[in-house]
Amino acid sequence: MHMADALLSPAVGGTMWAGSLGVIVYCAKKLSGKMDEKMIPLMGVLGAFIFAGQMINFTIPGTGSSGHIGGGMLLAILLGPYAAFLVIASVLVVQALFFADGGLLALGANIWNLGIYPAFIGYPLIYRALVKKSSNTKAITIASIISVIISLQLGAFSVVLETKLSGITELPFSTFLIMMQPIHLAIGLIEGIVTAGIILYVRSLRPDIVDNLEVVKNTYSAGSLKKVLIIMSLLAIITGGAFSWFASTNPDGLEWSIEKIYGKPEVPERGNPVTENLSKIQEKTAILPDYTFPSKGEEQEKSPSWPAVDTGTTVSGIIGGIMVLALVIVFGMGIRIMNRNRAKT
Amino acid sequence: MRFDEEFFNLGYLDTLSYKDTFVHRLDPRIKIIVTLIFILFVISFNKYEISGLLPFLLFPVFLLTAGNIPLKAIFKKVLFISPFAIFIGIFNPIIDRQVLIAPFGIPVSGGWLSFFSIIIKFILTVSTALLLIAVTSFPGICEALSRMKMPKLFVIQLLFLYRYIFVLLDVALRMVRARDARAFGNKGKDIKTFIRLISVLLIKSIDRAERVYQAMLARGFNGEIKVLKKYKLGFTDLIFGISSVLLFYIFRNYNISNYFGEIIKR
Repeated sequence: MHMADALLSPAVGGTMWAGSLGVIVYCAKKLSGKMDEKMIPLMGVLGAFIFAGQMINFTIPGTGSSGHIGGGMLLAILLGPYAAFLVIASVLVVQALFFADGGLLALGANIWNLGIYPAFIGYPLIYRALVKKSSNTKAITIASIISVIISLQLGAFSVVLETKLSGITELPFSTFLIMMQPIHLAIGLIEGIVTAGIILYVRSLRPDIVDNLEVVKNTYSAGSLKKVLIIMSLLAIITGGAFSWFASTNPDGLEWSIEKIYGKPEVPERGNPVTENLSKIQEKTAILPDYTFPSKGEEQEKSPSWPAVDTGTTVSGIIGGIMVLALVIVFGMGIRIMNRNRAKT
Repeated sequence: MRFDEEFFNLGYLDTLSYKDTFVHRLDPRIKIIVTLIFILFVISFNKYEISGLLPFLLFPVFLLTAGNIPLKAIFKKVLFISPFAIFIGIFNPIIDRQVLIAPFGIPVSGGWLSFFSIIIKFILTVSTALLLIAVTSFPGICEALSRMKMPKLFVIQLLFLYRYIFVLLDVALRMVRARDARAFGNKGKDIKTFIRLISVLLIKSIDRAERVYQAMLARGFNGEIKVLKKYKLGFTDLIFGISSVLLFYIFRNYNISNYFGEIIKR
């Protein structure tokens, strides 16, 4: 469920980048100084492990198709929230660069969707709360499954929200949600079972590893849950603020297209009491001023016809587009030939 | 087999990134910043735009050719990756049936326009991201990140991660081969075997991290890694940066494709 650049607007992509960068800096600050030096190679190697582990596939029971591990929750359980978040972010950086999974601008959104929820909600608020004694098999299994499912549900919901706010897709919000959430429920169930299985199997084979990790982890993550909650809500407020700032200063793709249709960046409101009241509330709360859900705007977009149905410009756009493509290819071939000639001499 | 291919690709991009061409020699910071600006410009177009996006192809083509990167290395990846964008985009033609343009008398709906717009944006952003790593080595990117004030801890473990990907992939590859040699069809690929297999891989990884740490201590590690500063922001870097962004700005504000079309029609 990696987000792609092509589905994001600059405002949404930029906001998610700002949020994720902030958390990376925060986590690094939290770790440095307090942590065991041992953690540095451990974090790097475990990040590489996630990669290698994702290459091993297995058959998903009952479907016959094959899947691989995501690993976010596993990292959070092994390393604790701060280190795990940094490792998840690193894995996504490498994936974005080498496998083009997602894209560079979408990287911020991907780090948020796949990193924040397991590291700062799934692990500290759910897993930790359910697993009191680290030897309780049943508790570990149940806690892993629940925490993975909730993290993935939140992640999937964020994907829907980000795509919808970017205004690229025509899918209605509810349809999109119905498509995304149940499938991630199934994925979460399997990922949860696998995560629990790994934790338990490693514990049975090498209890020393698990205990050592527990000690290393506890040297720095001895903060209370309340603190995590406060930080999360602060982050939400900050990103919300950044979002509204972005949305009001940089009109994104959606606003541009609306601007073309109406000549001004706002969609004229219909006299609907519900939307009127909603916008009043929105103005008062003002977390997202100037920003309504695209689905509402899009419905109204369709009613008037596109103003530029001018066959003339369309045809010249097509001819010119082909020309530009040809020129780009010629340009590329030119550089290739130049390189070859230089190599010969 | 998919596994070998992914492994091969990772190593292949890594090899390409150590070439010595004009774009390879540019400061990684400039390349990262210009690439991000490029992506921002591309996705800032409205959702129906197609012709205005085409001139932007110049940038990836420049990186590809000036960096002497084989087209095949990038093309294959761009074609097959991210079913997600297509999956989301394909609903647009179904839902948005309003006919927006009718070139040569063929009606084209808004949904198809926005679908192709997504595809073109996808090709532009994905190929540029892949080319960025193909013309900038990963250590180069890490150096740039640390000089752009990313937390040191983050950069150090990123370097570690990259170094050990190749080692651990090799271990995983051998495990998968061994399993496949003993498995018939899908037998042996069930979730139970998988959990044991990956647990062993995890144990091996953690043990390796321990050995690596011991070796580092023996060599005087104190929580810091000195990264060689190879690059310096020079005149060529600035010229490259400024002219690229200027060009993007022109492409964004003037529809070059339309101008060409107008000239030809006359």
